[in-house]
Amino acid sequence: MNLRKTFASATAMSLIMSAGAFAEEITIATVNNADMIVMQELAPQWEEATGNTINWVVLEENVLRQRTTQDISTNGGSFDIMFIGAYETPIWGANGWLEPLNDFGDDADYDLNDIFQLVRNGLSDSEGNLYALPLYSETSFTYYRTDVFEDKGIAVPEGQPTYEEFAAMAAAAHDPENGIFGTCQRGKAGWGENMAFVGPLVNAFGGRWFDMDWQPQLDSEEWNNAITYYVDLVSNYGPPGASLNGHNENRALFKDGKCATWVDATSAATDVKNPDTSTVADVTDFFKAPKQVTDKGTGWFWSWALAIPASSQSKDTAKDFLKWATSKEYFELVGETKGWVAVPSGTRQSVEADPRRLEAAPFASTIVDAILSVDPADPTLEPVPYTGVQFVAIPEFQGIGNYVGQQISAALAGQQSVEEALANSQTFAVREMTKAGYIK
Amino acid sequence: MSTKASRSAARLMISPAVVLLLMWMIVPLVMTVYFSFLRYNLLSPGATPWAGWENYYWFITDPSFNDAIWNTLALVGGILVITVVGGIGFALLLDRPMFGTGVIRIMVIAPFFVMPTVSALVWKNMFFNPVNGIFGNIATSLGLQPIDFFAEIPLLSIIFIVSWMWLPFATLILLTALQSLDQEQLEAAEMDGASWSSRFWYIMLPHLARAITVVILIQTIFLLSVFAEILVTTNGGPGTATTNLTYLIYVSSLLQFDVGMGSAGGVFAIILANIVAIFLMRMIGKNLDA
Amino acid sequence: MARAVSTKQKSINTAIAGTLGFLMFFPILWILILSFKTEEDAIRAPLEVLFSSGWTLDSFGAVQARSDYFKHFSNSVIISVGSTVLGLLIAIPAAWSMAFVPSRHTKNILMWMLSTKMLPPVGVLVPIYLIFRDTGLLDSRTGLTIVLTLMNLPIIVWMLYTYFKEIPGEILEAARMDGASLREEVLYVLTPMAIPGMASTMLLNIILAWNEAFWTLNLTAAKAAPLTAFIASYSSPEGLFYAKLSAASIMAIAPILIMGWFSQKQLVRGLTFGAVK
Repeated sequence: MNLRKTFASATAMSLIMSAGAFAEEITIATVNNADMIVMQELAPQWEEATGNTINWVVLEENVLRQRTTQDISTNGGSFDIMFIGAYETPIWGANGWLEPLNDFGDDADYDLNDIFQLVRNGLSDSEGNLYALPLYSETSFTYYRTDVFEDKGIAVPEGQPTYEEFAAMAAAAHDPENGIFGTCQRGKAGWGENMAFVGPLVNAFGGRWFDMDWQPQLDSEEWNNAITYYVDLVSNYGPPGASLNGHNENRALFKDGKCATWVDATSAATDVKNPDTSTVADVTDFFKAPKQVTDKGTGWFWSWALAIPASSQSKDTAKDFLKWATSKEYFELVGETKGWVAVPSGTRQSVEADPRRLEAAPFASTIVDAILSVDPADPTLEPVPYTGVQFVAIPEFQGIGNYVGQQISAALAGQQSVEEALANSQTFAVREMTKAGYIK
Repeated sequence: MSTKASRSAARLMISPAVVLLLMWMIVPLVMTVYFSFLRYNLLSPGATPWAGWENYYWFITDPSFNDAIWNTLALVGGILVITVVGGIGFALLLDRPMFGTGVIRIMVIAPFFVMPTVSALVWKNMFFNPVNGIFGNIATSLGLQPIDFFAEIPLLSIIFIVSWMWLPFATLILLTALQSLDQEQLEAAEMDGASWSSRFWYIMLPHLARAITVVILIQTIFLLSVFAEILVTTNGGPGTATTNLTYLIYVSSLLQFDVGMGSAGGVFAIILANIVAIFLMRMIGKNLDA
Repeated sequence: MARAVSTKQKSINTAIAGTLGFLMFFPILWILILSFKTEEDAIRAPLEVLFSSGWTLDSFGAVQARSDYFKHFSNSVIISVGSTVLGLLIAIPAAWSMAFVPSRHTKNILMWMLSTKMLPPVGVLVPIYLIFRDTGLLDSRTGLTIVLTLMNLPIIVWMLYTYFKEIPGEILEAARMDGASLREEVLYVLTPMAIPGMASTMLLNIILAWNEAFWTLNLTAAKAAPLTAFIASYSSPEGLFYAKLSAASIMAIAPILIMGWFSQKQLVRGLTFGAVK
């Protein structure tokens, strides 16, 4: 093991010259979000510098989760680096499935403390061991079209509007004849898809997933109010086919100028506000995600991060890449080649404070403020035994979240009523929690 | 007629296939059955205690279970009806004299070569998408409300996509069978004044019976485990509208990572498959006594 | 004169069959067209796409830049051809003996083999995954070849069996009378007669293996990933992506489509499974 480490550092130092002899191949599992695609385009620079090669496995988000979870939980060793999120990282880290990255703190050039504390906390277990490094992090806020709001005479809210006010804006902006839908929201089933929007919505309506005894609360009045609101909103003022639209579909619709409003990830802003990739770059602005009876937990917290499975055979090379891909140099590289507006957001303080960034993306500070205002440890009006805004940080949540997502998406598609969807969801959640031993 | 030597040689020759298939079937099967009695969730590593019949209880009482059985049968049945009826129609049509037979036939069989993933993606995006899809475009240009296929008629949409792929297969087999029909017999019937419909019912259809059973058998084998088309388009939804048994097992063992319950589901699917198999074997067994 | 078909009748037949055939083929044609369009043109109304937009090869370039097509292509070829050849090697002796030296168990064995194909793969994925992990077969072409061989073996055996059965037994007996050994009998008498059947069996199985999307996706990561994995990365939209999706789809299906077209006569013969008498 020591010998291999020596080898690795030797290659790292004498880079190109000795590269051929010690070159390794690493496999990275990723989703095809815009920031990851940029990384794939830039990665050859790392490959050239180190002589190593990368195999990219690009999968759709749900499939990625299934493949990576399957591989890491069976100790399969197929991947050397995985893109995972704020939900998986602490759970997997605590299971001993991920390589701890605490030693990144020793590297002065890397400057671990430059990465936002909140984000690092989200990627650490309860004992403070760091298991993943963020490419970007996000909360949710509202995108709106300044031109449409002006045309229709809609007042831009100051501060945080309520969902009721938000529905009125969507209604006023809705003009399908002219190809503008009042609002685009996620409808595609999945705990990381529609439930990411629904979770904070329910929080805003005063609801919660579980009470302090882990009893599911899906049949509560708060959930009913929230989901009824959601189904009405999206079916009245949303685009057709909304029950199949996830983040990427909505992003495409919004960039194409089809939506007047959209509550979604702040990380999409760099793409939506980029004139090279978006038709509405000049006419998009933001305000906070709406509140209702409370403003607690109304914006989610998420981070896409790189982690190394404990089963990887090439940990040193993987670490080397990981360091490069989240380093200041990498962000600099993205800024110089793709423009400072396209630099992944919400990761490094130095990047967000960089004058080039602020000039290219004046909205960046709004996003950072929004992210820093999230508190995953205290997400709901009433007390809860869990952390997480749009998810519950327990292994069972994936299954429950997916099922509830399916039910709500069926309600949105008009296949069943909101009451049926929530009754089914409650039954399922009680089953799962009983099976897992939370409910005795 | 066979000698003792050739019989033992025959046994020797058949054994690699049998032994391999036995292993392929039995090793995972035994593991699946074993797992189905364990409390085994990949997400909670550690001990996997004996669970008794718990997993079976949870799987049968899964709220999606009934829907899944029903959807599986509807999917297999629907696609079989479409492909067999459509296949007979196409075969009769292509059997007639026409210009450019070769080209037309190539166009008809082409969908059979398309990967299920590709065909699902193409239908989902380029055709069924209510905003940018072709059907949506046509509807909008006629001033109609575009149909949101996967929300309004999800199961039918899946049946449609899968049928598109299997219709050429049925057509090919039935066409070949039809072409082997004795033309003189048909002509004689025609001379005797038999109408087209009676020629079809009494001569052609009986002749096709064997080919039809083959189509049904082969397709059932593949259709029981339709998966890629569902995963790519609807993820089993909305709700459970397109969740078949295969997909339900996928959900429990690979989305909830409850290997115990997924294995119990697997055992169920195997039982269902065997019931269908026995039924089919009976049916086709007669026809195979050639 | 019932048989004389008028040109008019023939034209009508052609028109009807041609229209239906075109409709069946249209989705493939459409992605072929879209793959040569820019992303902006690809989502325009169908008529505009056809008549008022230019042509470009950009999408193919973009797809190739994202993941190396040729690596996936060669994996697909190796896995599908490999599993078919391996399957034939195992199945030929089995089918031969079942066809020519039938015992009272023959039909049961055949039926049992077919029934193994009805097991849903999802149900046994975790056990297989664990076995593969322990034997180091994960993400290897060898592993995939083995799985696909076993998956399609029942179909291969059955097709060959029905094909062999049509070879008249008298020929064999004549050869035996002439003192031919079992080996000679197989090599010089049976094989030449069986080659068309084997060819069509081979073709069908290459198609099935090429298009298999469950095992190939779940047991591979990067090294052994065939074209089914190549296309999987396009399953979620990313802005405008119809042209890229079309180009990737065309690249994934073209090889097998072309092979299928050129060999359709051989293929048809094998697809009958002895259904035609």
